[in-house]
Amino acid sequence: MNIIVCIKQIMDPEIPTGKFKIDPEANRVIPSEGIPPVINPFDAQAIEVALRLKEANGANVTAITVGGQDVEDVVRYAISMGVDEGILVSDEAFKALNSFVTAFILSRAISRIGQYDLILCGRQAADRDAGHVGLMLGEMLNLPIITMAKAVTLSSDKFRVEHVITEGYQVYEVGMPALITISDEIGPPRRPSGWGVIAAAMGKEIPTWSAQDIGVNLSDVDIKSVRSETIRLFIPDSRRKGEVIQGNNVAEASANLMARLRADGII
Amino acid sequence: MAGYRGVLAFIETAEGKVTSTGREMLGVGRLLADALGETLDALLVGSDIEGVGRDVFSFGADRVFLVSDSLLAKYHPDLYTIAVSDACKQILPSIFLLPQDDVGRDIAPRVAAKLEIGLATDCIDLAIDPDTRLLLQTRRVYGGNATEVLVSRNAFPQLVTVKPRAMAQAKTDSNKQGEIITISVKLDASMARSKLLETVKEEIKGIKLEDAKVVVAGGRGIGGPEGFTLIHELAEVLGGAVGASRAPCDEGWVPTSYKIGQTGKVVTPDLYIAIGISGALQHTVGSLGSRCIVAINNDPEAKIFGVSDFKLVADYRDALPALINKYKEIISS
Ligand SMILES: Cc1cc2nc3c(=O)[nH]c(=O)nc-3n(C[C@H](O)[C@H](O)[C@H](O)COP(=O)(O)OP(=O)(O)OC[C@H]3O[C@@H](n4cnc5c(N)ncnc54)[C@H](O)[C@@H]3O)c2cc1C
Repeated sequence: MNIIVCIKQIMDPEIPTGKFKIDPEANRVIPSEGIPPVINPFDAQAIEVALRLKEANGANVTAITVGGQDVEDVVRYAISMGVDEGILVSDEAFKALNSFVTAFILSRAISRIGQYDLILCGRQAADRDAGHVGLMLGEMLNLPIITMAKAVTLSSDKFRVEHVITEGYQVYEVGMPALITISDEIGPPRRPSGWGVIAAAMGKEIPTWSAQDIGVNLSDVDIKSVRSETIRLFIPDSRRKGEVIQGNNVAEASANLMARLRADGII
Repeated sequence: MAGYRGVLAFIETAEGKVTSTGREMLGVGRLLADALGETLDALLVGSDIEGVGRDVFSFGADRVFLVSDSLLAKYHPDLYTIAVSDACKQILPSIFLLPQDDVGRDIAPRVAAKLEIGLATDCIDLAIDPDTRLLLQTRRVYGGNATEVLVSRNAFPQLVTVKPRAMAQAKTDSNKQGEIITISVKLDASMARSKLLETVKEEIKGIKLEDAKVVVAGGRGIGGPEGFTLIHELAEVLGGAVGASRAPCDEGWVPTSYKIGQTGKVVTPDLYIAIGISGALQHTVGSLGSRCIVAINNDPEAKIFGVSDFKLVADYRDALPALINKYKEIISS
């Protein structure tokens, strides 16, 4: 079985709020110094699913990312988790990508890979939080798609997928090839371990494909990128002026709190 | 853009009634349609849904488009994607609203890919720019650290999904009438390329988390499943529901359907009590719309205190029994 996992390098989503800075003129986030970028956590969970499927059924797992040269690290991280191969799709023209262009480029790169039985993506990237790429990619490749998986298993060439819904989950069965997006309910992914593994990942040759290599015409990319445009980016203020509830001890303060909520008509 | 007119809202029903999210979409849809001086239309997809039309008109829709097919009786991602995309191609609205719920989240990006248009998911605000008459699409990014406003200039319809509980519900007018238009879409069973085997409901007994007037949420600070007994007790005396940050869900202390936040539920109760929760943005974005927020945490520096109305610095094991006793005392007097 061949599994492809689409991954993205992002700014650490757990960055302390005070370190989060934007350039409001350019509508851009300013990468904060001293906080290294990370793999999108949902993509790490997608890799985890791929590796569990590999352990249970045998598989060759390829991680693929699109971006500038500076995102090679995320591919190395995937390899150090246990992925077999990595591919970096990188071109000057791929700098400011939106979801449509990313999905389009991925669809071309994956067509170049050719043979696959399963494509996995994270449910969304924890920077733009849109949840577009996996579904758009599946649609472009004309694949059956199951989103928001919290468990994926394989039996007699069919995937059994637990798809998270508001009230619980649904179980879907889907044949090969398919595209599945992974939700955080899958649980924490494994961390790379062992110097040998990490060193090997650092030394591994990672093929880099340009726009030309995957037959992407740069004017196509331009057309697709103007579908949606950010005209404003700002830091919202959701602070509330909290009042400290006093008391001689916790029991008294707690009673004061309840009395106050009652007096204010909240309960 | 020429040829595209009006606001279309994809409306879901449950037991023959428009859902609360549907009413929110008709609420904001009406404002947008009025700002443009165009119609507000509803798109209903399902089987045997003809009867629901009147309910939709009473929430302000001018026309109702129906795609009715026995294959659409239950949600299936492939069939709904096709039904919604094809209907949209026939209706050609200027603005198309879908909910950011189990269905909208699942199909909107596929519809955008099929129609080759833009998409803004999970919008918390929608308005018309008076100069350009374009839809201003406001959504949170970076886990709630920033907010962005998007426009789609060149690709119509302007497709967005609407965050549940972010917009005011439509006013009702039981006299409002309208036109019901049936749309036919070619579907056959082979278009469904996956098979739904079963639906497992994890919903907890008692009040639904999203509908509760009081939500008592516990975090990692609760320390284990036993600690949630106290949380449940407080929720019960207050007539509320129990929620959680992601940590207790990841640890298996509570079902994942308790999760509140960016990747969980959005709640807007009168009273939100966050207990043993540090206040990561990914959590607090799920409760920002609450009327009153109380935080109970034993760390006086906890971030949650910055987004709360009342702060109680305490170990929850001491605070909760006292809160419960005081409430019992208040209601019995
Ligand atoms: C992409 C992404 C998406 C995410 N989505 C969500 C989401 O949807 N929802 C969500 O909740 N999280 C989400 N998270 C996780 C989030 O960032 C935080 O890690 C999580 O909310 C922390 O949970 P917590 O506050 O319960 O735990 P902690 O941060 O560990 O905080 C525990 C708190 O309990 C307090 N405490 C300890 N003991 C006691 C005691 N005895 N009495 C009182 N207080 C005590 C501590 O002082 C501390 O403040 C997401 C993260 C990422 C990266």
